[in-house]
Amino acid sequence: MNKNMGLLLAAGLALILSACVTINIYFPAAAAEKAADKIIEEVWQLKDGETKPAETTAPDAKPADSTPAVAK
Amino acid sequence: MMKKLLLSFVLILSLFATQLIGAAEPNLDVNTPAIIAIKSTMTARHTQLLPHYNSGAVGLTGDAFIAVKDATAVPLKDRGGINNLVSAENTDRAKLYKEIAAGNGHPEWQNDIQNTFAGRWIDKAQSGWFYQGAGGWVKK
Repeated sequence: MNKNMGLLLAAGLALILSACVTINIYFPAAAAEKAADKIIEEVWQLKDGETKPAETTAPDAKPADSTPAVAK
Repeated sequence: MMKKLLLSFVLILSLFATQLIGAAEPNLDVNTPAIIAIKSTMTARHTQLLPHYNSGAVGLTGDAFIAVKDATAVPLKDRGGINNLVSAENTDRAKLYKEIAAGNGHPEWQNDIQNTFAGRWIDKAQSGWFYQGAGGWVKK
């Protein structure tokens, strides 16, 4: 009986493990799209909302104006 | 005895089933040293390619690469370099798709990754740029 139980458990575990391996064989399409977007945004420097306004609205112009005023 | 065994087996199976739902799609690692290196050369090259995308001299192909669409749109002095620029970019892109697949332990995913990129490059292209559709070059 114990021998049978051990065999059954081992068979079950083998089945589960092989099923786990199967999951990763399928191409993760959504994850790939996310990864592609991330890379494209980096290479094309597309983070408009974050970087470009920070550069064009010239936040450094204001501190530059105010610091001499403080210095005076 | 047999009932107990069956019960534990069902428990294990259900545990596995919940795992399947939770972890069906792991993220892809895009920060291996090889990928980071390719990204940085591509980012640097982009400043040179950008005017050519804008003028329509270079367009995005349907298979995730770029191609010279209209060399006459390139100023004469740059015309010699355009082919080198495009082929260097395509070499990097091919390497990128390969490295993403290999870096995630699935070299066989390379084609799927390339196909995914093909759609995403075009989707993220600026309006006015050209891409290759089913019937030829299309202005976005």
